[in-house]
Amino acid sequence: MTTAAIKRRRRKYRLKMVKRHWQLYLFLLPTIAYFLIFRFYPMYGLQLAFKAYRAVDGITGSKWVGLDNFRRFFAAADFENLMLNTLNVSIVTLIFTFPLPIILALLLNQLPSLKYKKVVQTTVYAPHFISTVVMVGMIFLFTSPTSGLINKLIEALGGKAIHFTALPGWFVPLYVVSEVWQSTGWGSILYLAALAGVSTELHEAALVDGANKFQRVWHIDIPGIMPTIVIMMILNAGKIMNVGFEKAYLMQTSLNIDASEIVSTYVYKRGVLKSQISLSTAVGLFESVINMILVVSVNWISRRVSDSSLF
Amino acid sequence: MKKAKGVTRSRADKAFDVMDYVLLTIAFLVVAYPLYFVLIASVSDPIAVYEGRVILYPIKPTLEGYSRIFSYESLFTGYKNTLIYTLVGTAINLVLTITAGYALSRKDLVGRNVMMMGVMITMIFSGGMIPNYLLVRSLKLYNTMWALILPGAVSTWNLIVTRTFFQQTIPDELQEAAELDGCGDTAFFLRVVLPLSSSIIAVMVLFYAVSHWNSYYNALLYLSSSSKYPLQLVLRNILIVNTLDDMVNDVATQAAQQRMGDLIKYGMIIVSSLPLLILYPFLQKYFVHGVMIGAIKG
Repeated sequence: MTTAAIKRRRRKYRLKMVKRHWQLYLFLLPTIAYFLIFRFYPMYGLQLAFKAYRAVDGITGSKWVGLDNFRRFFAAADFENLMLNTLNVSIVTLIFTFPLPIILALLLNQLPSLKYKKVVQTTVYAPHFISTVVMVGMIFLFTSPTSGLINKLIEALGGKAIHFTALPGWFVPLYVVSEVWQSTGWGSILYLAALAGVSTELHEAALVDGANKFQRVWHIDIPGIMPTIVIMMILNAGKIMNVGFEKAYLMQTSLNIDASEIVSTYVYKRGVLKSQISLSTAVGLFESVINMILVVSVNWISRRVSDSSLF
Repeated sequence: MKKAKGVTRSRADKAFDVMDYVLLTIAFLVVAYPLYFVLIASVSDPIAVYEGRVILYPIKPTLEGYSRIFSYESLFTGYKNTLIYTLVGTAINLVLTITAGYALSRKDLVGRNVMMMGVMITMIFSGGMIPNYLLVRSLKLYNTMWALILPGAVSTWNLIVTRTFFQQTIPDELQEAAELDGCGDTAFFLRVVLPLSSSIIAVMVLFYAVSHWNSYYNALLYLSSSSKYPLQLVLRNILIVNTLDDMVNDVATQAAQQRMGDLIKYGMIIVSSLPLLILYPFLQKYFVHGVMIGAIKG
């Protein structure tokens, strides 16, 4: 049979399958419409990054200006600061929030008492359900220079109260500590699931050979969950430039703005509050492209050095 | 010889266990104490909190904070709005995610790979804040409830989790057998698939409902009238922007107003977060189940 004939046959078969399962396409219809309108159409809107937007002309009708918007952003006085702040927040966050859930999961997994394990789990997962607004509200209350718990502790130890939320230098530590507090427990679930899949035979064999718990964790548990660790690493790498808008924006005060202004809060202020649509679209696009490059390249690297990759 | 080996092994294991208990107890306290403190601070005398005397239990218990909170009308409006947004939003999320997730799980769906590719693209690239903002405005959704619901009608991650679930739980043979018996896709979905998927439905309801309950981003961007504000925006104004006037302006001095403000804030945190924190331990297994399905590469 010629390839053309095979192709024709295949096409006929596919058509038959579409006809037979037309109801499945009805299932998909609303979701496809959603993705086209709310996910892909905004990508079409990204052309504004290369245009001078005027509301009367709309997205398509506005004039092309090439890379002007990007030039304006790169030349802006706050550009360097913005990039440094964003990288600073995300890299420090990653350094602390990435390994801690792994350690927590390893500890929970080896805990002899199942009852105590359950109590600890239920507690450490809980902060995941606290909203960002409440989380930041708690930060402000706990660090208040007059009544905050943390400053009371500092004073009790003989120190002087610190106005944490007014000092640029404390923005990143507050951000990271609260992030660790809120996400470590929840983040450990994935690794616990992976640990449940580590072969018990390996552990038994190691026991026979006289390996202690430290050795078993190090030589069996950790290698066993390595693929999960790599996948999580890739997922996290994609977020390096993408510091969550929500928390940073809420944590901003007029006094810590030098450290707390990051790309996403800048986009919000320029675009939504000041209606500089083209410039802010360009900044957003710049951020998305860097993120995409990061995810794809970390994925590529991990596929080469290990067997795990996301796609 | 053999015995000695056993002894050293158990000594190292014991050291590990002790370290394990100590570290996890620290983790437990670090997480639990701030939550507990908010609770006791919300029912203590504001002066005692201010002076740092409230540490382990409430001092001079009072419900004044709560009585002020419950006479604050915006909070009720916020609560009501959030309930509506959560109910309607979650219903739409659920219908779309489950139907599409099932269709995409079918191996005999022509075009499945293209569609999955499209879905994956949205995971690594998006139009971003401003194009979305313009879209919501041009669709005339601005300052309506739909601006909080439609832009997030399907979460890519949840869609993939749902699809993975169906791939694992509904055997191809089952569907093929039903097809031979003349059972159409819709009938099969309603009569066979849905009854088998109560756990994924529970997981999705919880994931979506929690995110609606806790979200403020869409409301911040897309709502202008405060009568439509969800709970989280009302909370933001009190906890962070610090607009407390109506609630404390009967208190004499500024210092006393600040203390009363703190009391109200602690109470607000409890009032807004307690429903979830109380419900969650009972539903924990569903949440964990959901995360675990997500962990399996789809």
